[in-house]
Amino acid sequence: MENEFGALSRVVGLFSARGYNIESLSVAPTDDDSLSRMTLVTRGSEQVIEQILKQLNKLIDVVKVTDLSDFKYIEREMMLIKLEAKQVESMSTIKQIADVFRGKVIDLSNKTFTIEISGKGEKLDAFIEAMSDQIILEVVRSGCIGIARGNVSLKV
Amino acid sequence: MELSGAKIFVESLKAEGVDTIFGYPGGAVLFLYDELDKAAGEIDHILARHEQGAVHAAEGYAKSTNKVGVAIVTSGPGATNAVTGIADAFLDSVPMVVFTGQVPRALIGNDAFQEVDIIGITRPCVKHNFLVKDIKDLASTIKKAFYIAGTGRPGPVLVDIPKDITDGKEKIAFDYPDKVEIRSYNPSIKGNPKQIKLAATALLESKTPILYTGGGVVLSGGAGQLTELARLLNFPVTNTLMGLGGYPATDPQFVGMLGMHGTYEANMAMHKSDLVVAIGSRFDDRVTGNIEKFCPNAKIIHVDIDPASISKNVKVDIPIVGDVKQVLTDLVAELKARGEKPNQEALKEWWDQINEWRKTDCLRYEQGDDVITAQYVIDKYWQLTNGEAYVCSDVGQHQMWAAQYYKFDEPLRWINSGGLGTMGFGLPAAMGVQLAHPDAEVACITGDGSIQMCIQELATCTQYQLPINIISLNNGYLGMVRQWQEFFYQKRYSMSYMESLPDFVKLAEAYGHVGIQIKDPADVEGALKQAIDDKERLYFLDFLTNPEENVYPMIPAGAGQNEMILV
Repeated sequence: MENEFGALSRVVGLFSARGYNIESLSVAPTDDDSLSRMTLVTRGSEQVIEQILKQLNKLIDVVKVTDLSDFKYIEREMMLIKLEAKQVESMSTIKQIADVFRGKVIDLSNKTFTIEISGKGEKLDAFIEAMSDQIILEVVRSGCIGIARGNVSLKV
Repeated sequence: MELSGAKIFVESLKAEGVDTIFGYPGGAVLFLYDELDKAAGEIDHILARHEQGAVHAAEGYAKSTNKVGVAIVTSGPGATNAVTGIADAFLDSVPMVVFTGQVPRALIGNDAFQEVDIIGITRPCVKHNFLVKDIKDLASTIKKAFYIAGTGRPGPVLVDIPKDITDGKEKIAFDYPDKVEIRSYNPSIKGNPKQIKLAATALLESKTPILYTGGGVVLSGGAGQLTELARLLNFPVTNTLMGLGGYPATDPQFVGMLGMHGTYEANMAMHKSDLVVAIGSRFDDRVTGNIEKFCPNAKIIHVDIDPASISKNVKVDIPIVGDVKQVLTDLVAELKARGEKPNQEALKEWWDQINEWRKTDCLRYEQGDDVITAQYVIDKYWQLTNGEAYVCSDVGQHQMWAAQYYKFDEPLRWINSGGLGTMGFGLPAAMGVQLAHPDAEVACITGDGSIQMCIQELATCTQYQLPINIISLNNGYLGMVRQWQEFFYQKRYSMSYMESLPDFVKLAEAYGHVGIQIKDPADVEGALKQAIDDKERLYFLDFLTNPEENVYPMIPAGAGQNEMILV
């Protein structure tokens, strides 16, 4: 979509006005600084999704819309999670679990760990679940971003 | 030469060929008004008495000409008062550009005097809107606004202009762009040829077809093409409320309006059809009734310029995205090239069936000697004007009667608020129509409820000497509300009785117009004639009509098209 003020609120407003659900949303400028790319996750019947695509296309600020689920695609989400070990002994457990999930410890204090982890949404959910014995202080998730596999590309 | 923002605004309007602008001044638009005053003669500014009136007038102008209507209002309350008219234009796809003043840029977001975020407020009810943040963008933004408003599926575009852009402290060279390109906005005009071929085959194979046509026919200027298609195939035609006039109503192939208060034959034909050809119509809930029971046996072709209208409410078998006029032209050419005719025997049977339904004579009414019947007033007005008047309507029972009994043979003559259903629309819309067509007969058909919602515009009519004929069907009730309460709320008439009605005759006279109250059915024709014959004055005809008259036929909520209440 156009990298202009108000473009994001037109999209978000459309979803709320027409009663569509937004599960996650992520937006940032691209290599072309006149354009932003948004990845939005929603759910609905085939008919609802078709209507969402058409309504999005009608917005003047939306340049192109693709339903990634029509293709093979890759999705990623990043999470920053701040934890406090329940006991001193569990500090090494935290580190081990983070390693299993390919998480990185990016900050430490005398009591807390901050871990960066990325992957599909389910993986991040599983990581939170695996840490449920610890004290979870904060969870920040980026929302999902996605891209089609292979030669398919969303270009203007 | 370098120009101020205010001058650029006026020069841009001239470049767009704007001859009339409707508005109301205020603090944030004073520089614009200063320049508008200097442009008088080239651009006529019409001063409404309320911003809602200004916007409805711009709609009336647009709806009767297919040109882009233009309105200007100030910031804050001026802008919020305009919102109803903007939403109205959005739902009826009216090409319109509304300029709002905004507080100076440095004050935006400060809760300044008369500041509202009108961009945010109108976002869901405009085709697009712009906040001009730099004088350099002013001319190109206006160009884009007119382009977006008038092309594709038309709609309202709002341009919010901060006061300090117009104040002349900064001046730049004026260069109005000839063309505009918006990479994300390219409406399809031509229908896909493959789809048109498929449609042609379906038309030729159908045994019980019906053309169900809407406002898109009127907006695209495709009425002539529609008539050609219908005549070529000898198919029945029904119009939506917005589509009236898109096909000649006195033509034998016309089966009347469809939907909630449509004719029995139109709704039955839809219900029994094997091929519904939707042209510039959008399967609105007032048309379909219960969607589960809608056209159970029909294949559906849908021609619309807006892809999002297709398969929104009803699944379509043959979609054609494109401009109605263009698609119909191509479809007629395709049919002519094939030189085939649909099954004539089947079609004859279909017409026999339709004529059988017609015998119910669902729009019959009786005019006795005592009380005036609303239907009679409209019927008479139609006869006396040879069906050639521009008829603006408010919202309610009188609107449905106008739609049923005024038989429009031409497009752009029926001006009403179909989608939003805005009471108060009629009178200001009629001002816009009369200004666009100074010599034409223009009526505002209204009721005692609706007329009071924008009654202040009687002053505008005085100022600009607009000889509109107000035909008020005064039944002392909010008639449509009362009708629903009678049917569905056991006659509990909660708040639908209009007490303390003003003396409309004196009120009209107070504004300098002619007011006549008509009680006796024998006086209806004379009063209408007098009003029609007088080309100089506005007539307020206050017809005291049968208070408990209902609009029939009717499809009650939740029912199918074949389940009409007839009387």
